[in-house]
Amino acid sequence: MSERLNTYRCGPDADGHFGIHGGRFVAETLMPLVLAVDAAYEAAKADPSFAAELDDLLQNYVGRPSPLYHAKRLTERFGGAKIYLKRDELNHTGAHKINNCLGQILLARRMGKSRIIAETGAGQHGVATATVCALFGLPCVVYMGEADIERQKPNVFRMRLLGAEVRGVSSGTATLKDAMNDAMRDWVANVEDTFYIIGTVAGPHPYPAMVRDFQSVIGIETRNQMMEAEGRLPDTLVACIGGGSNAMGLFHPFLDEDGIDIIGVEAAGLGVETGKHAASITGGRPGVLHGNRTYLLQDDDGQIIDAHSISAGLDYPGIGPEHAWLHDVGRVTYTSVTDAEALSAFQLCAELEGIIPALEPSHALAHVEKIAPSLPKDHLLVMNMCGRGDKDIFSVADALGVEL
Amino acid sequence: MAGSGRIAARFAELRQSGRGGLVTFLTAGDPDPETSWDLLAGLANAGADLIELGMPFSDPMADGPAIQASSLRALKAGMNMVGTLDLVRRFRATDQTTPIVLMGYYNPIYSYGTDRFLADALEAGVDGTIVVDLPPEEDAEFCLPASAAGLDFIRLATPTSDDKRLPKVLKNSSGFVYYVSVAGITGTKSAGQADIAGAVGRLKRHTDLPVAVGFGIKTAAQVGEITKVADAAVVGSALINTVAANLDEGGRAKNGLVQAVLDDVTALAAGLTSIGEAG
Repeated sequence: MSERLNTYRCGPDADGHFGIHGGRFVAETLMPLVLAVDAAYEAAKADPSFAAELDDLLQNYVGRPSPLYHAKRLTERFGGAKIYLKRDELNHTGAHKINNCLGQILLARRMGKSRIIAETGAGQHGVATATVCALFGLPCVVYMGEADIERQKPNVFRMRLLGAEVRGVSSGTATLKDAMNDAMRDWVANVEDTFYIIGTVAGPHPYPAMVRDFQSVIGIETRNQMMEAEGRLPDTLVACIGGGSNAMGLFHPFLDEDGIDIIGVEAAGLGVETGKHAASITGGRPGVLHGNRTYLLQDDDGQIIDAHSISAGLDYPGIGPEHAWLHDVGRVTYTSVTDAEALSAFQLCAELEGIIPALEPSHALAHVEKIAPSLPKDHLLVMNMCGRGDKDIFSVADALGVEL
Repeated sequence: MAGSGRIAARFAELRQSGRGGLVTFLTAGDPDPETSWDLLAGLANAGADLIELGMPFSDPMADGPAIQASSLRALKAGMNMVGTLDLVRRFRATDQTTPIVLMGYYNPIYSYGTDRFLADALEAGVDGTIVVDLPPEEDAEFCLPASAAGLDFIRLATPTSDDKRLPKVLKNSSGFVYYVSVAGITGTKSAGQADIAGAVGRLKRHTDLPVAVGFGIKTAAQVGEITKVADAAVVGSALINTVAANLDEGGRAKNGLVQAVLDDVTALAAGLTSIGEAG
């Protein structure tokens, strides 16, 4: 572990760098627009009416604050740390993604943009984007890999019900990274009227910082709720990581607190050693893709390698640049959990707590299952339950060999 | 600066002979390394004044379907950065004058190692690079080291680079300026001649560098029109479409592929006309 810094919450610098990570690696056509988003976001942050409008929507439309729930039966089963779940799966649309989409669409409106585009993997971000577009009456195009469209049919139908156009992406490997490529191609061709709502803490600056800020409501609420419940801050935080937006939202408000263990859980797929995984930090190295430098799954020639995870939401070959930096400086520990471990945690949670978790946070729970038993009973552990599992029942049934 | 000078020399020559230049783009290793070599070896004779060689990348975010597919074909056929530089080295053994510019995305260069890339590219006989995802905001990464090493860093200017931004875009550019004539991806829309003339005029007020215009240029007539106002026209996707049209069902090059592409180049070169005084 590196020497402790005075603060871990000061990033990024003016050019969007977190250590060597982040930045603005985009085509010149997009640069003026990226700079305009940055300026508009800075202005919005300084305008109390922006925060007021967002807070009102978070409370009355999303249903925030989400509960911080003491999971007594999981605690009992693991026999160690006292386990709390931050219930972001209870949000409108069933995941944390809506927190960010509302923030970005308010910004798009401030900028006078009249058309919204987004990329989606599992469909959660696509559904959240389609939802806020319906709410504000803006046309919405969601790019989604053909392979994911096949895996996530219910979400595709949801987006269409909400009025969005879902465009299948058949280029490359037809998954999330290719959807992001095509969204960027659309953006380049429609710079005048289009705002790109990126779904995670990645992309060119200011997106990683902006998405983090919109998701930080998770950690800020957790802090207040834990003070109320236990009179002190938690000891350990655990969250799953694809791009890393739910994790960054929980972690960021706690980064400067001494003595809090912070753990991000990547998707190890069939096992990092098999090469079939989505663990960018555990199994990747720094590279440049989609507007930022970060840890990427890539071959010796710098060609991006496909990620694999049972969870379509974690199936991305990169990770947000701030996570990459937090790994480099040693503030956050990054580990990984396999498909099989996540699947088992998924079932356990349903059976013991009556909560069907999404496959994404099932990865976090699988890691909790590993560490909780050896922690003392007064150890306060918070896991981000960032999405509900309704969307995953088909994949899970398939993995368990059950025919629906 | 210890550059090769081939780019500057070629544009000086073109200016002297009173005509515009044809810049061709093909992806290194497409559809396979040997066919790619045969194409490269024939381009100058067919009429290419400058050669852009694409460094294949798995995720070409600013490219349309034609160049995306060509990149994937090249990678599938085993092309990589070492192979790309080998093609240039082989070309330089017999052609000392035609400039070669490597074009692509930053990750393969970063992965190869920027210092190692600069050394090997210069040694192989590369004259310049165009790196799509390195805007001026990231100049410290590669643009400044490349210029210091003597490799031209050719910047893309776009319809969104307004008068306020242009000086920043042009500041560390060398070789020539590549004007991307449409806000969009390669091989799709084409800009109107009046828009191109206006944009090139605007660029010329900001720089003395030659201006090449690309994106959406497919025909000899377009090449002719564009070189009335600009120093060169760039054709890429149209040539790559000819490559794609000459593959068999297994994706292998048919016999006539090389000749078909080189014939296209010759036809495009026939569209070159004198540069007007206004240029």
